[in-house]
Amino acid sequence: MITKRIIPCLDIKDGRTVKGVNFLDLRDAGNPVELAYAYSENGADELVFLDISATEEKRKTLADLVKEVAREINIPFTVGGGISSIQDVELLLKNGADKVSINSSAVKNPQLISDLAKTFGSQCVVVAIDAKEINGLWKVHLVGGKLPTELDLFDWANEACNLGAGEILFTSMDNDGTKNGFANDALRQLSETVNVPIIASGGAGKISDFRDAFTIGKADAALAASVFHFGEIKIRDLKKELAQNNIAIRL
Amino acid sequence: MKIAIIDYGAGNVKSVQFALNRLGFEGILSADPAFILNADKVIFPGVGAANAAMKKLRESGLDQIIPILKQPVLGICLGMQLLCNYSEEGNTDGLGIFDVAVKKFPADNKIPQMGWNTIHNLKSPLFDGISENEYVYLVHSFYAEKIENTIATTKYGLDYASALQKDNFFGVQFHPEKSGKTGEKILGNFLKIEL
Repeated sequence: MITKRIIPCLDIKDGRTVKGVNFLDLRDAGNPVELAYAYSENGADELVFLDISATEEKRKTLADLVKEVAREINIPFTVGGGISSIQDVELLLKNGADKVSINSSAVKNPQLISDLAKTFGSQCVVVAIDAKEINGLWKVHLVGGKLPTELDLFDWANEACNLGAGEILFTSMDNDGTKNGFANDALRQLSETVNVPIIASGGAGKISDFRDAFTIGKADAALAASVFHFGEIKIRDLKKELAQNNIAIRL
Repeated sequence: MKIAIIDYGAGNVKSVQFALNRLGFEGILSADPAFILNADKVIFPGVGAANAAMKKLRESGLDQIIPILKQPVLGICLGMQLLCNYSEEGNTDGLGIFDVAVKKFPADNKIPQMGWNTIHNLKSPLFDGISENEYVYLVHSFYAEKIENTIATTKYGLDYASALQKDNFFGVQFHPEKSGKTGEKILGNFLKIEL
């Protein structure tokens, strides 16, 4: 049986991990390669690297970083942040990334999704969507959630899948940072709207939040950052408990 | 040991090379028939669409080379599917090593299947030291039906062949290079196979 996936997300700036990490015995917690390796050894099913570097030039370091990560770890990983062309993706995949995640650039230019799917296959195209509930409607936001649009979450997800997205990474801005659980109703609706895997993001605080994202939200994977980075939830404990709740999980 | 990784511009070969490095070996990317024919082991990777990949193989003449290889050959993911007779993906004729059609998963499951799933009914030296129900990483929308040459099965709605073997040809639907320690062991087993 296919298992639900647990995915730590690492924010990268200028080639370094941004958020503090204080649980793993790391010599250099800012080193994404060392952190990625530690997570892969501790039961993560997949990793996401989100590059939040401000400038194009600094982003170039990302390609080198991807190569170093691919050299060290034996689980799949996705790279996102500032990707807007076939050439960007080609370089990252060539260096060993398995998937890329596109967000604002896909909204601005939806054809990018189909171009990437045709060139590299849908399996490596993750469309990330940040959305916020406004008057009962889930509206897509761009530029790291700063720019609201009129786009509806479910319409956009549907269009992205029709264009060739192989996976949707949905971050609820309402839940992000609250540690009060994922946006399970929206997740479930999303999961029933499109027929590609859904990664839940935003709101992880305790183990039962992950359980609910899978059982109520029908998510295929759940992503979190700080609860893992600060050791509030250990991936092994999380997976053990999910398995005890009869959720298919890789132990 | 000379390990050739068939280079036909299809997908993520870096990960395969790195996985071989972690096992202490080097995989050389090559589209040169002479080099591939003389390698001790040949890895046939692939991600992306079947028709585009077959077109590239035909353009480079590698479609004539792969079927005559005598050393152990390992097709990975799309590489395995291209070793089959035919794929529904773009109505593509394959290399015909495995006498089976590759079909699209029915839509009652999410497509692609993406993530970790278990392997069962293991029967090949490829799986020495691997237990039933170990997890491997898969990403695919099309699957090979179970046939006589099936050496592992996986269940995704239906039971399908997640690995095939015929003579010197091995095919795995999963990505051993991305399947943690289990995958590394399977890759290591392949490198140990002597015919």
